[in-house]
Amino acid sequence: MISEGRRDYYAGGLMILIGSGAAVIGSTYKVGGLTQMGPGFFPVCLGVLIVIMGVLIMLAARAGAKGGPDIMDAHHALPSHPDWRGWGCIIGSVFAFLVLSDYAGLAPATFFCVFIAASGDNDSHVKASALLAAGITVFAILLFSFVLHVQIPVLKGL
Amino acid sequence: MDTGIGGLMHGFSIALEPHNLLWCFVGVMVGNLVGVLPGMGVLSAISILLPLTFGMKPVAAVLMLSGIYYGAQYGGAICSILLNLPCHPPHAVTCLDGFPMTKQGRGGVALGITMMGSMFGAAFGILQMIFFAPYVAKVAFQFGAPEICALMLLGLLAGSTLAKGSPLKGVAMTMLGLLLGIMGTDVNTGVERFTFGIVDLSDGLELVALSLGLFGIAEFLRSVNNTAPLNLTYTKIKVADMMPTRDDMKRSAMPILRGTVIGSLCSCIPGTGPTIASFVAYATEKKVSKTPERFGHGAIEGVAAPEASTHSSVQGDFIPTMSLGIPGDAVMALLLGALIIHGITPGPRLIVEHPDIFWGLIASFWVGNLILVILNVPMIGIWVKLLMIPYKYLYPSALFFICIGVFAARNSLFDVGATLALGIFGYLLVLLKFEPAPILLGFVLGPRFEENFRRALIISRGDLMTFVERPISAVFLGFCLLLIGAQLYVRIRKPKFIDKPAIAGHGIE
Repeated sequence: MISEGRRDYYAGGLMILIGSGAAVIGSTYKVGGLTQMGPGFFPVCLGVLIVIMGVLIMLAARAGAKGGPDIMDAHHALPSHPDWRGWGCIIGSVFAFLVLSDYAGLAPATFFCVFIAASGDNDSHVKASALLAAGITVFAILLFSFVLHVQIPVLKGL
Repeated sequence: MDTGIGGLMHGFSIALEPHNLLWCFVGVMVGNLVGVLPGMGVLSAISILLPLTFGMKPVAAVLMLSGIYYGAQYGGAICSILLNLPCHPPHAVTCLDGFPMTKQGRGGVALGITMMGSMFGAAFGILQMIFFAPYVAKVAFQFGAPEICALMLLGLLAGSTLAKGSPLKGVAMTMLGLLLGIMGTDVNTGVERFTFGIVDLSDGLELVALSLGLFGIAEFLRSVNNTAPLNLTYTKIKVADMMPTRDDMKRSAMPILRGTVIGSLCSCIPGTGPTIASFVAYATEKKVSKTPERFGHGAIEGVAAPEASTHSSVQGDFIPTMSLGIPGDAVMALLLGALIIHGITPGPRLIVEHPDIFWGLIASFWVGNLILVILNVPMIGIWVKLLMIPYKYLYPSALFFICIGVFAARNSLFDVGATLALGIFGYLLVLLKFEPAPILLGFVLGPRFEENFRRALIISRGDLMTFVERPISAVFLGFCLLLIGAQLYVRIRKPKFIDKPAIAGHGIE
């Protein structure tokens, strides 16, 4: 994982990367000047400004504006170890919804979306997760298919 | 219609229509629920329900979405006081004295005082809006493109530097938001920008996808297997427990008043939302108190003042959004986005052109707050039961609602994929200690900012001095400089007068 001290360097680096990317892509549109601004003018300006912010963030990190980790800052506390199970399940859950709603219909998409997500919790049991997923599926079909008419069929023939 | 009373009467006739009343009720109910449930956010709740409102009339949609925002403030207090969980930033400071009171068996009283403070604060905030917003809008009528531009710049700068975290990173996030906001087809020239040849992006990034990615999925990635265990020892509360004694009332009367004033002042400064208001109110109470040592050990003043200030600030937050079209924080940006989706141009003309929305919204604040008190006082037991739903059942369900909500926004599975990508990106940002909230601010204002910037320079024939030569825009730019100067001063010189609670406010989530 990222170490506490290097964090702001990476943060600045990411901004420089995004900013320069935006500026380069932006310059492929017509840039124009102040009198006659082209569609590329604003993106290029923003890109350059974001790069500058990235540099400033790095410089501030170098100056050591902050001493040590902020103990009150629980929201940004780095996880003590990578939680591959949790992350994988959450990402997999949305991915399952994407694929299944396209190929299999709302019911399987809902079931596996909830089931996979629930499996991400370290204390989860297969039975409890399945029960939760089944409950949400029934609810979802009633609400989204019959009441709100969301444009996904309940079941699609494979 | 331009007088406060006449407008308000008109508003009530709208807010009390059965259809609108129903949606207002749904809004505050969902808000309260989201507030009570640890780990659920107002932003995600509004975003999930936003696609649902596409089929509704704009008035009903705005009433409901706003209801979620202020409703969540009532619920959030319950969570802070009884569980010591600062799940909603504005209520983090309430934990400091609210939870000790709960441990002493006075949690009910703390909730009772919270209700009174909330009601009073909210009432003051609404009154402020009734009299203030039309006046602000009248002044803003004279704004041309340069003034709007300068004002937006001020709003964006305040929103990104005064909120939590490093101001440098806040500004970077705002710019990123502006950049994301201009994705899609350029309205002036028809050129597609940053679409990478993807047809789905030619209409721009979907607002719901962005906010649910950044505040939904990113939040779950952060908190899965990473939530504090719930301490449910003290959650047995009966309605009768909520009645404060005369002594409690006497002690909290002044703090409620002071908190309310602080909250309404904070709502006037763009970028300082309810979170900062509640911290300032707490710090002030501690300072004026003759017995500051009682704070942190269950002082009722420490509950009354921040709660009152939160509520007056939450209601006051709507003033710049509705009268100028400049949102002060991410929630307001989302509401503004909702208005735009419903085809309503935000700005000073909103009050005149859509009086039913403006006055209907204000009237619904009264109605909604009343419903909330009715919901919370006799039904406190039910809400407390809801506190016990474990997170491991909550987030999978919420994840599904996010998927279906994003899909429903424009029947696009591409958007669901975009949400996932933005969620992973958002989590990366959180890991790098960025605050994602200003992104939303920039995103919503981005297209309008660019348009007005272009227009201002076309009128002035490319002369940047136009922003300084016009007095009103010069004043706004002056404020911007003042803001940057103040930030530099605070960061570099670190003056002593900034005491700890105020600084802690930047950290607590």
